[in-house]
Amino acid sequence: MTTTLLKQTTPTQAVRKPNRSFIHGLISNKKALTGMAVMVIFIALALLAPVLFPGDPSRITAMASLEPSTEHWLGTTAKGQDVLALTVHGSRSSLFVGLTVGLASTFIGILVGLASAYFGKFIDEALSLVTNVFLLLPGLPLLVILAAFLPPGLGTVILVLVVTGWAGSARVLRSQALSIRSKDFVAAAVVSGERAGRIMFREILPNMASIVMGTLLACVIYGIGAQAGLEFLGLGDVSTVSWGNNLFWAGNEGALLTGSWWVFVPSGVCIALVAFALALINYAVDEVTNPRLRKIKTPKDTETSAAK
Amino acid sequence: MRFILRRLGFYLIAFWASITLNFLLPRFMPGDPVSRMFARSQDRMQPEQIEALRKLLGVDDRPIWEQYIDYMHNIFTGQMGVSISRFPTPVTEVISSQIGWTLLLGGTALVIAAVVGNLLGILAAWRRGGAIDSALPPVLVFIGSFPYFWLAMGALYLFGVVLGWFPIRHAFTDGLEPAFTWEFIGDVGAHLVLPALTIVLVSIGGWMLGMRNTMIATNSEDYITMAEAKGLRPGRIMLRYAARNAMLPSVTSFGMGLGFVVGGALLTEVVFAYPGVGYQLLNAVQGLDYPLMQGLFLTITAAVLLANFLVDILYVRLDPRVRSN
Repeated sequence: MTTTLLKQTTPTQAVRKPNRSFIHGLISNKKALTGMAVMVIFIALALLAPVLFPGDPSRITAMASLEPSTEHWLGTTAKGQDVLALTVHGSRSSLFVGLTVGLASTFIGILVGLASAYFGKFIDEALSLVTNVFLLLPGLPLLVILAAFLPPGLGTVILVLVVTGWAGSARVLRSQALSIRSKDFVAAAVVSGERAGRIMFREILPNMASIVMGTLLACVIYGIGAQAGLEFLGLGDVSTVSWGNNLFWAGNEGALLTGSWWVFVPSGVCIALVAFALALINYAVDEVTNPRLRKIKTPKDTETSAAK
Repeated sequence: MRFILRRLGFYLIAFWASITLNFLLPRFMPGDPVSRMFARSQDRMQPEQIEALRKLLGVDDRPIWEQYIDYMHNIFTGQMGVSISRFPTPVTEVISSQIGWTLLLGGTALVIAAVVGNLLGILAAWRRGGAIDSALPPVLVFIGSFPYFWLAMGALYLFGVVLGWFPIRHAFTDGLEPAFTWEFIGDVGAHLVLPALTIVLVSIGGWMLGMRNTMIATNSEDYITMAEAKGLRPGRIMLRYAARNAMLPSVTSFGMGLGFVVGGALLTEVVFAYPGVGYQLLNAVQGLDYPLMQGLFLTITAAVLLANFLVDILYVRLDPRVRSN
């Protein structure tokens, strides 16, 4: 009697438990907390930019190439714009593009990955082929070529980054979806006559939530970095204020050759901080869901240090 | 053998896809970029050359499939047209004069990063929680989060402008005649240090973490315990038993890394004005030099595909599982 009871209760627990412990694990994980704190600060700065620095950030407010002072905390550019205002306003475009690119590429990745895994056979072959071709085409040159042919603008930047960025997430999500596809509960859902869409999005997708999250974070990091790179090459929308464009202008105006490091440092550090924070969260997700990577507390374990 | 043929078929499809992409882009993009280009360079070119370029780029009244067949024919016979920004040099000539520099820069950086990164990963996984394992990954990940060109510019400023240790632009000192003399090779080496170093710095973290994570999984395998029980020296277990088996994913990443070599060195080459294909690609884009742009993209793609194919062949030799299907 007790055994049957156990058998009945374990499945429901097994479904719920990982979810709760996942969030709990994230909150009690130092890496995740640090990463989230940094992200909250940047998102707050981006939202508050028009309040903190009202007006157009690229207007000329002071003498050119001033060193950091109490009046201009981060100095001014060679044109005489306030670097701090440019940096704070730049976070808006950079975070927006990063987030949009991340969401869009992850979404395409989910669609392709799920369809591949669920339908299998010919559809899987075809989709995998397309994915692998996109993975293999050299990303940066393709980015440059596409950006050169398309009319410049924020939409182009986003489109180009999604086109070059979705394949990686599709491959990761497909392999995960494949392993879930072969589980018994999916077979049960098929037999009980559930529709394809329902099985894909209600049965398979929730079970790969952590991988989806990891992919999303990686895609956002990619989006922010690639946007900056594209804009640094002068292929973005030069009229907007973003971290990449700030660096483009810094390079264009020879900020480093004249020694104005303060024009050049802030935007780069901001990109790095955001990317690092997202990477921290990503590693935390990995650690929480993959026990093998967790910090070992007792070095005596099966580890080789003991064997030595 | 079947594996190899399958891969070869895949690479051919990928190559066909990139050719087709190249064919379609100038023909279906809004804003008619090709006409813009002709408007800019009309007076510098002969009428018959303009006619040939029109055909290449699709400003042409013939039906699209006829253009397509023509285009394929031209690609496979190596006719990629004439560069506009370096008129009248043929595109193939411009590319062949530059691809060597890219391979030198990218190859050096890739090999250094892969070797050092994998070694660090092996050591980190072997001594879990040790100095290398706990201190290095966060530092490398942090460095890796900086935009690549930003680090390159920082290094250029610090070591090139402020300290003056290394030359800041080009692949060798202007005016020096390329030759196999020690002077020239040393000069090329000195120009290589900063660009290669920045690539190594940002890419080493990925190698190390990838190797570390595979190694950790390998370390818990039974044959490692067995080797320990036999009393083999730890160094031997680490390198010959664990690392050897954990290397396979790194081999695949090496193939992927080659793509980064040819394509990803673009930003480095731009920052250091290094005369490789990436730098030329950006120049072509800025100069609206569409024939050169297309030729460069095709060359880069072909190089990446070829490199990956070679890695696949290597993989078959390394992993018997793919041989037996």
